[in-house]
Amino acid sequence: MPGLGTSFGRGGATVWVPDLVNADCILIEGSNFAEAHPVAFRFVMQAKDRGATIIHVDPRFTRTSAVADIYAPIRSGTDIAFLGGIINYILSRDKTFKEYVVAYTNAGHIVGERFEDTEDLDGIFSGLDRETGVYDTTTWAFERDERGMIANDPTLEHPRCVYNILKRHYARYTPEMVERVCGTPQSVFQKIAETLARNSGRERTTAFAYAVGWTQHTAGVQFIRTAAILQLLLGNIGRPGGGIMALRGHANIQGATDIPTLYDLLPGYLPMPSALRDEQTLDAYLKRNTRKTGWWANTPKYMISLLKALYGAAATKENDYCFAHLPQLTGDHSMLPTTFAMKDGTVKGYVVVGQNPGASGQNAELVKAAMERCEWVVNIDSYDNETVSFWRREGADPATIATEVFFLPAATILEKDGTMVQTSRLLQWHDKAVEPAGDSQTDAWYFTWFMKRMKQLYAGSTDPKDRPIFDTTWEYEHDDPRERAKGEPSSVKVLQEINGYLTATGEQVSSFTDLKDDGSTACGGWIYSGVCPDKNTNRARNRDASGDYTALNWGYSWPANRRTLYNRASADPDGNPWSERKKYVWWDEIKGEWTGYDVPDFPKTKAPNTPANPAGSGLDFHSGSDPFIMMDDGKGQIFAASGLTDAPIPAHYEPQQSVVQNELYAQQSNPAMRTWTRTDNAYNKPVDDAYPYVLTTYRITEMSGIMTRYVPWLAELQPAAFCELNPELAVEKGIANGDWVTVSTALGEMEARALVSGRLRPLRIGSKGARKRVHQIGVPYNYGSMVALARGDSVGGLIPIAIDPNVSIHESKSLTCNIRAGRRGAFRPNAIDRDVSPSERRPEGQPDNAGAQAGQGRGLQHMQGDAAGASP
Amino acid sequence: MKTTIDLTRIIPPGRTGLRERIGMLPNISSERTKTLKGRIAGAKAVTSVCSYCAVGCSTLAYVSDDGKLLEVEGNPDSPINAGHLCPKGAALFGLTVNQMRWTTVKYRAPYSERYEERPLAWALERIAHLMQDTREKTFVKEKDGRRVNHTLGIASLGGATFSAEENYLLSKFMHALGVVSIENQARI
Repeated sequence: MPGLGTSFGRGGATVWVPDLVNADCILIEGSNFAEAHPVAFRFVMQAKDRGATIIHVDPRFTRTSAVADIYAPIRSGTDIAFLGGIINYILSRDKTFKEYVVAYTNAGHIVGERFEDTEDLDGIFSGLDRETGVYDTTTWAFERDERGMIANDPTLEHPRCVYNILKRHYARYTPEMVERVCGTPQSVFQKIAETLARNSGRERTTAFAYAVGWTQHTAGVQFIRTAAILQLLLGNIGRPGGGIMALRGHANIQGATDIPTLYDLLPGYLPMPSALRDEQTLDAYLKRNTRKTGWWANTPKYMISLLKALYGAAATKENDYCFAHLPQLTGDHSMLPTTFAMKDGTVKGYVVVGQNPGASGQNAELVKAAMERCEWVVNIDSYDNETVSFWRREGADPATIATEVFFLPAATILEKDGTMVQTSRLLQWHDKAVEPAGDSQTDAWYFTWFMKRMKQLYAGSTDPKDRPIFDTTWEYEHDDPRERAKGEPSSVKVLQEINGYLTATGEQVSSFTDLKDDGSTACGGWIYSGVCPDKNTNRARNRDASGDYTALNWGYSWPANRRTLYNRASADPDGNPWSERKKYVWWDEIKGEWTGYDVPDFPKTKAPNTPANPAGSGLDFHSGSDPFIMMDDGKGQIFAASGLTDAPIPAHYEPQQSVVQNELYAQQSNPAMRTWTRTDNAYNKPVDDAYPYVLTTYRITEMSGIMTRYVPWLAELQPAAFCELNPELAVEKGIANGDWVTVSTALGEMEARALVSGRLRPLRIGSKGARKRVHQIGVPYNYGSMVALARGDSVGGLIPIAIDPNVSIHESKSLTCNIRAGRRGAFRPNAIDRDVSPSERRPEGQPDNAGAQAGQGRGLQHMQGDAAGASP
Repeated sequence: MKTTIDLTRIIPPGRTGLRERIGMLPNISSERTKTLKGRIAGAKAVTSVCSYCAVGCSTLAYVSDDGKLLEVEGNPDSPINAGHLCPKGAALFGLTVNQMRWTTVKYRAPYSERYEERPLAWALERIAHLMQDTREKTFVKEKDGRRVNHTLGIASLGGATFSAEENYLLSKFMHALGVVSIENQARI
């Protein structure tokens, strides 16, 4: 996620899961770790056995809370206020790991005079265009000296240095304020802040773990940023038992971001060229997306090697390596804006593979109403689902729906081989166990069939627009004659192409450091380079877990098989371990190289005392003690002067739909968020008396979605949707445990069985004299009402689309709702199915504000991360 | 790690009196029972990965000689799961072997109220022509004086449930057509 990418350099979890056992303290927030990632939670329990303190901060008391040493209740959506409070606690009591902060972060950087903070502008930063919700982020830039170097004050005394700006910014995030905003009792909050401080420093480390509880908010990226700042101040990044564990949801969510099926990314976090930026030629693209200093000085090597992998011999220096073959972006083409574009008639054909937006999408009714406007829909899946069968949903009349619908049966994971990338960036190969059932095919088989058929259908065309179809390489013939006869492509050959090879000989490259910008190498995804260093080696298939717990011979983690990222920071600036207890990677003076339990995330022979070369490019610009090699300046970014569109340092905003006014600033919610005010996407008012309760969503252990709802054993365990509320509210509403209830928002209604429990306790929030008792209602986000054994209304039908401006992630963890006893009755045809008025139409999906400017400011720095993170 | 105490080991074989008092009599079993084997005895174990959450638990899929899936268990060698699986992972068998699974093409014609079975080859051919037709109708070469070479007429969704190689192929294919709305669960 860009929260991690802009802070540290890469958008992946910084932690190797088994390393959690080395933590002295683990803060779990925005995640129900024990229930959502149960098997990885064993490392948390092992850490606890070794004496670590486990802290869980969550709106709901779950099985994670039950085994935690400290549980803190929190109002959903207020985590920036909570973590900001801890930052204030750490700074005001001088509890930072100062040597780490001064040496490894940008705390000493001096911010330019044009910058104005939320303190000056009551909740917004300098540079905001109110009309469009777009920030001019140049006002956040660092001050530079006459040589162009960032001004820095290592004493941290300059009033405009990051450290002091941070101090002023978070001064109002006092324990009293935390209690007022979050509803977390001050005593519990203080205890957590003290525990984190006590378990950080030379001798001790604290790890953070989060999941979609932090990402799915209109300020979601800033939630992660707050955690990143805190971990930098405490000196916990790059060290054993430290870091930030981003717990991804789906089995290959990390891989689908690294080698992306995301509109704004090419493999390896290279940005997709955009017509909104000046990227019409390869030169212009490289100029925009190559950094003079830091690792991204290598962009030309990676981009040109990618073009060689995509277009083979057709890509030459003379034709810009076919750069013009890549389509260009003209806006935000992410899923939710595309849904509006589909409803308004722009999208004619929809291909959905292994995803069920008809139940799990936000404004799930809109998704289905939008598909009615498509001419054709293709769904590749293993089971009937709410998406493919949208035309026979409750309230729809098939006789009026012209869409042609195809269901293509898909092989399951056991019926094919390939690489899944788990939450610690670990590539793990799975072998094929059995043949696909019936007519089922692998997704790779389908894509291969379509690509080959397109080449045939367009044969003979001289239209330049069809050149990419001919020039796109597709040489993955299977070595096994039986598979070859079936037309099955070889996954190994695809992975070999992703790894990269020499174009002259076809020989594999052994690492991304072999890649060149002269067309002599091809590489489909530079970050995985090294996984297939020769034709007979597939390191994703390594299965030897012996040796250290880092298990370097089990699978292959990008980049270069490093388990813990930024691990240079596990040693002090001189290259010695910060302490014997927290020894991990260190400088071996005799051998003249970095060594330790992991692959060093640093140039192997660059000595700690290597001076920075101010005139140097790439990593030469960094000294031997700059651990964040991806970044321009080699430092962890406490202040993100560039890369994010809504804040350089996080400020608490209320969710787009909230139960209270923002206590901290006049600005109610994220001024840069994107909304669509239309009759088919109705919002509750920002604070709405008709919807007085907080609505939050979560996932349960036994369910995923369509992949579990048909499995009898699992359906028996969790047969239907439910709605969780506390006894006090239940009594008030006349609801008994097990009763039917109806939950409503301005967008829609759902019914479910009531689960009356003390797990979602009421909170007291607000200022003295105006204290308010807030009830939170929880609904699992696993169900759909149309098909399968386990059924229930999807909460997706209650959630209108509002998104964060950085990654277009929606807000589904903190909303407002009402609840009543009884069933919802028959589905009523509503505004969602109808065409909206011409003035509300958004043919390219653009939101209320920003319009065509959406996506314009995004570039390389922005792309260093998973789009959003841990989706379940 | 503590496990259940195995009394048969700590009570010496000679102490039959004690064994009898705690009910540890030898089981009475028929000759037939003695010859029975576990479901997965002798079966081929194929190493795979769980397809639910992103923890990446390694699994062993047991396959019979005639290529049938018998059972899926946690792989004890894995440094991540050491043989453990959660309820979802432990039910992986039921995801692949399931009577409700759709293993044939379903086609719903315009305005129709039902699905029809159609041959795979027919469906693929029809889809390929629809893709081409939509691309031809919606392809845009230039917008506001800039080359865009794209189509907003086709969109693709999904990626986090299938392999990295398949993600690579999907985006390679879609980009070749000029499709830009390529998305997956990472944002959802």
